[in-house]
Amino acid sequence: MHINLTTRNLCVETPDRDFYGKYMGGKGMGGYYLRQCAALSFDHPDMVVCLFTGPLVATIAPTSGRAHLVSKSPLTGLVGDASLGGRLPTQLKRAGWDGMVITGKSPYPIGIEIADHQVNFSRADHLWGMDTQQVHEHLAPGKAGLASIGPAAENGVRFASVTVDLHHAAGRSGLGLCFAAKHLKYLMVKGQGHTRVKDANGLKAAREEIFRLTAASPALMGQYGFSRLGTGAVYDLIDSRRMMPTDNFKSTWFKHAPRLNAAAYSKAYAPEKYGCRGCHILCKRIARPKGLHPMALPEYETMSHFTALIGSRDIKWVVAANDRCRRYGMDTITAAATLACRREITGKNFTRQSLLSLLDDMALNRGEGKELNKGALAYARSMGHPESAMAVKAMELPAYDPRGAYGMALGYALSTRGGCHLRAYPISHEIFRKPVATDRFSFSGKARIIKIAEDFNAVVDSLTACKFIFFAAGLEEYAKAYTAVTGEKSSAQDLISIGERIYYNERIINSLNGFDARDDDLPRRFFNEPGTCGNQIQVAPIDRGQFLTAREKYYRIRGLDSSGNPLEEKANALGLEWKRL
Amino acid sequence: MEALVKKYANKLFSAGLAEGTGPLSPIVGGLDDTLVWNRTGPEIKVLEQVFQNLNINSLVFLRPKAPYEPIIRYLAQKALDTHGLIEPKDCETRTFLHDLPVIGRFSADKIVAALKKRKSVIIAVPADEPEFSGIAVIAHGTVSPEQGFVVASSVCFACFVKFFADYLEDLQLGRANKESNDLFDGLLPDIFLGQPGLPDLAKGPFSTEEQLYAAIVQAGRKTVEYGLVDSYFGNISYCHNHILYISQTGSSLDELEGCIDPVRLDGSSSAALTASSELTAHIQTIAQTGCRAILHGHPKFSVILSMACDPAEKAACRHRDHCHTRCPQKRAIGRVPIVPGEVGTGPTGLCNTLPPAFGTSNHAIVYGHGVFTLGMNDFSQAFATLLEVETACRKTYCDKVRQLRSHLS
Repeated sequence: MHINLTTRNLCVETPDRDFYGKYMGGKGMGGYYLRQCAALSFDHPDMVVCLFTGPLVATIAPTSGRAHLVSKSPLTGLVGDASLGGRLPTQLKRAGWDGMVITGKSPYPIGIEIADHQVNFSRADHLWGMDTQQVHEHLAPGKAGLASIGPAAENGVRFASVTVDLHHAAGRSGLGLCFAAKHLKYLMVKGQGHTRVKDANGLKAAREEIFRLTAASPALMGQYGFSRLGTGAVYDLIDSRRMMPTDNFKSTWFKHAPRLNAAAYSKAYAPEKYGCRGCHILCKRIARPKGLHPMALPEYETMSHFTALIGSRDIKWVVAANDRCRRYGMDTITAAATLACRREITGKNFTRQSLLSLLDDMALNRGEGKELNKGALAYARSMGHPESAMAVKAMELPAYDPRGAYGMALGYALSTRGGCHLRAYPISHEIFRKPVATDRFSFSGKARIIKIAEDFNAVVDSLTACKFIFFAAGLEEYAKAYTAVTGEKSSAQDLISIGERIYYNERIINSLNGFDARDDDLPRRFFNEPGTCGNQIQVAPIDRGQFLTAREKYYRIRGLDSSGNPLEEKANALGLEWKRL
Repeated sequence: MEALVKKYANKLFSAGLAEGTGPLSPIVGGLDDTLVWNRTGPEIKVLEQVFQNLNINSLVFLRPKAPYEPIIRYLAQKALDTHGLIEPKDCETRTFLHDLPVIGRFSADKIVAALKKRKSVIIAVPADEPEFSGIAVIAHGTVSPEQGFVVASSVCFACFVKFFADYLEDLQLGRANKESNDLFDGLLPDIFLGQPGLPDLAKGPFSTEEQLYAAIVQAGRKTVEYGLVDSYFGNISYCHNHILYISQTGSSLDELEGCIDPVRLDGSSSAALTASSELTAHIQTIAQTGCRAILHGHPKFSVILSMACDPAEKAACRHRDHCHTRCPQKRAIGRVPIVPGEVGTGPTGLCNTLPPAFGTSNHAIVYGHGVFTLGMNDFSQAFATLLEVETACRKTYCDKVRQLRSHLS
């Protein structure tokens, strides 16, 4: 579905089978449409905001209730994208849409309401200024899926997020600001149809295989796995491996961590399990504090960055900051990392009051918040200390210190959306030991591992499934599900090949915006300063020579030139249009 | 990468799966930006084409040696005569490999087509082919040559278990033929050896972390040396001061240094997120029995016999396609209880089915999976029990075969 918010024109495109085979759905299709306007600024009326489901959505394929949101990132200028869950993706698919491409700019705040094939535009002047909780209460979506922005996006926060179904978010890249640039306050979808499945028994067999593998996964379903404790289960593990970013990445171990872990949240809040539609892992935790609305407890990244990274020692601060970010519609990782940068530069520690006030200032674009809400890099530059921004390509790093996992170091540097752990997700093998363990303090073999994993995860985000399930299952099982749903013969390797095309397309988009090897790098701190040793673990600075050698290898393996730029021959081989716009 | 390809070629040899040197020794390749092999060989030309056509970073080419070679040859030929798949029913295959594709030519396109879908392919080429003949197992990885090693090792284990399990059933049903009888007879000298003496394991109870870590590492290594587990499988734990020290998920029992997670039993930390997938079963077993040590291996004949069932009863059983999770019978081999249960958690997980079995025994077999044994103070008792169970199962199997064959003749 193509919607132009300037003209209110709506048209339906029915792509051919080749298009589906080439780009799959989700991230792949979003990237295809972004490519058509790659060099435009994020707030240009012709810039697209794409929301695509994948072929498995609204089927019984496990963890497939997801979609991918894609546009140009206001924070980085790179491809901006995020996977999102909740019930919205399932509703969109059940309404009969594989995805939507939104262009134009409404002259006033607007909401898009979809009920099956009926699409309505509703004025949203009265909702502008409301936070995402208020929007949800006002619209009372019931079983419909609802994505909305909050005041952060309206006030130009570069890392504004889109809140989905109250407890979920398209968090990173500042996609909320892309909504705001179009005056799009919300999107609400209700569908009553079903995804047609070509081979129901085949899908059921694939699902059983995936369930069996999930049950065998300690990280997902084990005694201390995500299903029991939420993603916060990772907190103790990362601290024990001496790779918890602490004091703005000045050290890698936080001595207060044992009191701030998932067990502490469980004890304090007795949360309930919760998850996305179609998921049996249920990795979210919902607390019901007396007198307050039910609220999602912080995910691992938020737990870590709002404690160790900024030097706070109270889980109540974390819960309050997390809830405030959710209501405002702000990415918690970037918010916390920017505050950590401020703490390092100014030397001022936070109190609960100052922490929450600064979050208010960021979201409402006032006082010091006017600089902080542009992200850590812009803030650090404005303060004359760019070296204090722990970011890659202007996106702040998440809660895994790269000195403790060299695949992660390479993955951060090369990620097409900036400092992101999810593109290659190397903690799977460097920490979780899946599919097998690799030496986390070595670059040996990592260049190809990262490349394959990027392709792998690109197709996962196009299917669209949750990355967590791949701590247990593989594309072998998901290819079986894909074939059962679509009737298209496929294999794990066929899917990875599609992922390679999708990822290379992102590399081309970034190249069109001037990004190259100069940007595929890490902050100097990681090459010059050690992490915190202990527990028989030495955390040395990363050897820059080895890092650069691994990066060179990656460029060769990925089919890029020595400056990290795409090659016409490779683009042609992948069936991609060369750079011309 | 050079070190890894050599390491896993050597492990295939030390695990008894392949020759150590010569043209039948394993070939392991690893690819970062350049491709490296542990050795040269005429097969590499084809294997390089496999690398070129798959998004992988490692490849294992195994020429299995006896007893695996004749077993895989036998099963592969039967598969080629039908639908091209070997379908073992053991737990590891069911969970991780699903089925084992077989092809009749050593050609890159055939290998690529199979490996696109599965983690391994078995090649079975008649002896009179000039370019390549015999049996090989090829397995790939996207992260490390260890994946290929694990999968190739699993293929050998699965085929071994399948042949002996099927053979017993065939004898029971009167459909064993000369070919399977001859194969069994040929395998006898290699398989049915006497019981070796027990190793001298560290005596407990252990009072320091240093002592217990050393004891776990020692017991793990001996379990592999005695062939009570393929080098990758199994898990082991020891409880001390309300902390359970357990091998990490995917750790190799003969390489446990640095791969043991301390798990606080009060639930105050989740640092053991990487602990074995059987952590819950270990915790519950310790809580129920008061033992300190648990050893879990996959000895072959225990696994084979656990799957043996009276064919007439099985045919009449409505759960016959789900024996591993729903077997309704209270079964035992001698006094060793057999319980159903899948890896890990979940409603049919062995975390639910295993601990109750220890109400009457200090050892138990999980259907098609392996044996769990307990020790009150250290691993000596657990190890001895594991060895005894396997020896008894091997003897029982042999007696059953002898009895059935004499009856038939």
